[in-house]
Amino acid sequence: MLLTNSLATFGRYCLFMKRVFSLPDRWSVFARRTVAEVMKLGIDSIPLVLIISVFIGAVIAIQMQLNIASPLIPAYSVGLATRDIVLLEFSNSILCLILAGKVGSNIASEIGTMRVTEQIDALEIMGVNSANYLVMPKIIAFVCFMPVLVILCMATSLIGGYGVAVFTDLITVSKYLYGLQAFFQEWYVWYALIKSLFFAFIIATTSSFYGYYVHGGALEVGKASTDSVVSSSVFILLFDVILTKLLLQ
Amino acid sequence: MIEVKNLTKSFDGRTVLHGVDATFYTGKTNLIIGQSGSGKTVLMKSLVGLLRPEEGQILFDGRDLLTMKRDEIAALRKEIGMLFQGSALFDSETVLGNVMFPLTMFTDMSRAEQLERAMFCLERVNLIGAENKYPAEISGGMQKRVAIARAIALNPRYLFCDEPNSGLDPKTSILIDELLSDITHEYGITTVINTHDMNSVLGIGENIIFINKGHREWVGDMSQIYNTSNEALNDFVFATRLFQEVREYVAEHGTIEKRRP
Repeated sequence: MLLTNSLATFGRYCLFMKRVFSLPDRWSVFARRTVAEVMKLGIDSIPLVLIISVFIGAVIAIQMQLNIASPLIPAYSVGLATRDIVLLEFSNSILCLILAGKVGSNIASEIGTMRVTEQIDALEIMGVNSANYLVMPKIIAFVCFMPVLVILCMATSLIGGYGVAVFTDLITVSKYLYGLQAFFQEWYVWYALIKSLFFAFIIATTSSFYGYYVHGGALEVGKASTDSVVSSSVFILLFDVILTKLLLQ
Repeated sequence: MIEVKNLTKSFDGRTVLHGVDATFYTGKTNLIIGQSGSGKTVLMKSLVGLLRPEEGQILFDGRDLLTMKRDEIAALRKEIGMLFQGSALFDSETVLGNVMFPLTMFTDMSRAEQLERAMFCLERVNLIGAENKYPAEISGGMQKRVAIARAIALNPRYLFCDEPNSGLDPKTSILIDELLSDITHEYGITTVINTHDMNSVLGIGENIIFINKGHREWVGDMSQIYNTSNEALNDFVFATRLFQEVREYVAEHGTIEKRRP
């Protein structure tokens, strides 16, 4: 039963994606909506990303210092470990789990509300491909803007760690900065960016799917919003494992 | 003209429409009436293609909706305007943005021409001055009028209205009815209104189709409805004391003088 339901849902998701990825009715309208979505899903997420990143970066630096403090381990390891944790996992997977909550619930509730207030029916009756009109700009905007968020996250997290070095006596600034540069692998940045593109696609499409197929009223919109966050998070974690295996081995 | 022939629709094995036949005439206000759960919304949604019936034909001036290809349906939909029960205005757009939406999507008009057409439609529904407001900032009656303006923006051949008076006070309801009636006659549109508002039935019903338990039980106009022998229709239309008295008045005096608000 669970398997057939899952397969049926996956089938519906594929059909939904087929409708989403068709040619827009009007390219000018599509471009305008995409820019608007960049503002709403991307630019509006920057403050959250900055706040979380700076604090988590600081916390990682403190915890690294407390946990690996040993005469056998060089002091610059704090900077090195902070950098690698941020690049490999925090700036993409954890950030996207956080954004699944903010952006995913936003998308699901917006589209779900349009469904229950018959706005999607209105689009369909006018002859507009509502899935394409509503969802494709969100996917394109979020996937394209995600690298910007990831890079901002990387930079601010490392600045958070730098703040720990500057304002506490846990580690010296020079050791921290040396650690940030030591054994740097450029591929880690690309790895983070590639993963984030997959995660952005998962967040945008999963939450749109849940919102688009809402039936009922406000209660169901809330449920769809929650379901979209849960599903997006599970898929992010699943693809995190798969992509890590594929990209780092 | 829209002709419906032998339309049958079921949900989970339960038949909601039983071989319904109906004709909706051009230039007339065609009303679908019936109790809640009688199948009139299913009929309306089938007419606009939101539901697909198992059997029957829906002929838009001879073109069968149920056998059309996707591009033919897309073309037909550009000839359709629809007014939803909850107005279904786009929250993120202003009143003007809502009315301009179909013009932006489906015409090659310049921005100035779109603006001119949208303002004309807003003027037609007496909403000049509200163009920069958002749907949440205007009343339910105004929202309905914006929805009418949006529905007529592309000069539709067919106008569908699902419960246009629901949630409105009686005076605003009459205004909406008169507006729909005027637009129908002015532009020669085939207007189909789904309602259970008796003021509408007795005020603008030029072709009334009564649906009861999924069957088409009666067809006639507002003058014929007073003398109907159909028991279910009598029970439905003249359920309240007020309308019973109206019927008695008509029986005594022959007609009621219509007065615009």
